[in-house]
Amino acid sequence: MESREIIMKHYISSPYKKSLGKTNESYQKITTKSDSCIDHLDIFIKLEKDRIVDASFSGEACAIATSSCSILLENCINKKISEIKKIIENFENMINEKTYNEEELHEAVVFKDIVKQGNRKACAYLPYKGLKKIVDKEL
Amino acid sequence: MNINDFPMLKEDLIYLDNGATTLKPQCVIDKITEYYTKYSANAHRGDYDISFKVDQEYEVSREIVRKFINARFKEEVVFTSGTTESLNMIATGFFGKFIEPNDEILITQSEHASNVLPWFRLVTEKGAIVKYIPLDNNHYVTLENVKKSITPNTKVISLASITNVIGDERPIKEICKLAHENNIFVVMDGAQSVPHRKTDVQDLDVDFLAFSGHKMCGPTGIGILYGKKELLEEMEPQNLGGGMNESFDSPTEVYLKDLPTRLEAGTPNIAGAIGLGKAISYLESIGMDRIEDYEKRLRKYAINKLICLPHLDILNIESDSGIISFNVNDVFSQDVAYYLNKYKICVRAGNHCAKILNQETGVQNSLRVSLYFYNTESDIDNLVELLSNKEKIMEEML
Repeated sequence: MESREIIMKHYISSPYKKSLGKTNESYQKITTKSDSCIDHLDIFIKLEKDRIVDASFSGEACAIATSSCSILLENCINKKISEIKKIIENFENMINEKTYNEEELHEAVVFKDIVKQGNRKACAYLPYKGLKKIVDKEL
Repeated sequence: MNINDFPMLKEDLIYLDNGATTLKPQCVIDKITEYYTKYSANAHRGDYDISFKVDQEYEVSREIVRKFINARFKEEVVFTSGTTESLNMIATGFFGKFIEPNDEILITQSEHASNVLPWFRLVTEKGAIVKYIPLDNNHYVTLENVKKSITPNTKVISLASITNVIGDERPIKEICKLAHENNIFVVMDGAQSVPHRKTDVQDLDVDFLAFSGHKMCGPTGIGILYGKKELLEEMEPQNLGGGMNESFDSPTEVYLKDLPTRLEAGTPNIAGAIGLGKAISYLESIGMDRIEDYEKRLRKYAINKLICLPHLDILNIESDSGIISFNVNDVFSQDVAYYLNKYKICVRAGNHCAKILNQETGVQNSLRVSLYFYNTESDIDNLVELLSNKEKIMEEML
């Protein structure tokens, strides 16, 4: 699948985009907002011991931020916090043009060229910024 | 009009975000550069020629502003960093002194954050109450609704004269008359109106006015607080320090200078003030009435074309200003803005700092086109052409 198709698939019909509201106490909610634009995502994480067993998100955000969040959650479900830390670092390395492992990015590799559009780098990174808060808290 | 005066427009750029800030004409850039290259000294130190020149230019600018808004006295014109600082000074420095628990402040849900948050502070710190004047179906303020909102506890009505998302013009003069009959003060947020049409503070009879330089071809970081002299005399300076004090010996023996210097502590934004004076002279050379007429005609031209696009949802088909807010159905506003950016068209996406307006319109975010006199029919044609094909937007927005 082309990068564009992957992004649009996750943007238009992400299986992870659903609001859990405030009532579901087994989920942690993280809000992540952009400083420079209107992207706003709420990420819901269910942890069992040190493993993310379920995740979803809601909010209003552009195609890049939304699809990036969907892909990130897909990559994180059933992973340990320590593994998620590596997923985040690998993505950071990619967008900051450092050495990274392409294979481990899975579909997140579609954002490889996003660094060339300075203003959209923050959109792609937004969900990672949010998830990082959980990782830092749990580790 | 006057496109050739703007260096930025010599590039291949269509700038439609004038509600956020405006482009600068060469004469303003030159005026600022002149200060930094020829007489870059501090103000209020007339001991040598170039400092004397600074004071002269700085005060000439103040006089230009005074005439521009038709204030009675120069003392009524205070240089600030912009509308936000001016509104904070009004809310905290003036009303903060007098407001009592249960006093009511009337605003609307379509105000900019800068005309909401300073009042919220009086709620949390002084026990005041912020109430919203209901808007009509077009999100307009009517005199009737202002009348209905006034109670014996109302102390101040603070409104944008033109709002920054809907672009509606409020009947400020009539509101002032009604308010003053009821011993209520009126604060006018002029950020979106002063750059676009004639403002006469005496005719309107507003008690306070705030506006920014950068939205009217002037530099960033400079703005104006206007207040009736007898009210500004009562204003508590928010900043204390150099330039604004007459003398001091001890904490209880501090003597302050007269207006307006008392409210301008520290080294002022000299280049900004001088640049703003030049920007106003430039606008006056074009004529504020001509600017207003031109923008209204251009908006009509744009609306007539945009309403023909069935996939557009326009929030303000009717509006008194050069602001058009809309969404492309099912496409997030920011993605549309990115798409237009690929064609060097600058528009804003978002809530435009009017974060409680969604309670009124039900629309969280939108695209905003805001016009100025240097925009052209060809700019609009380019915009409409790019928006006319929704498939193309979806195709190219990434």
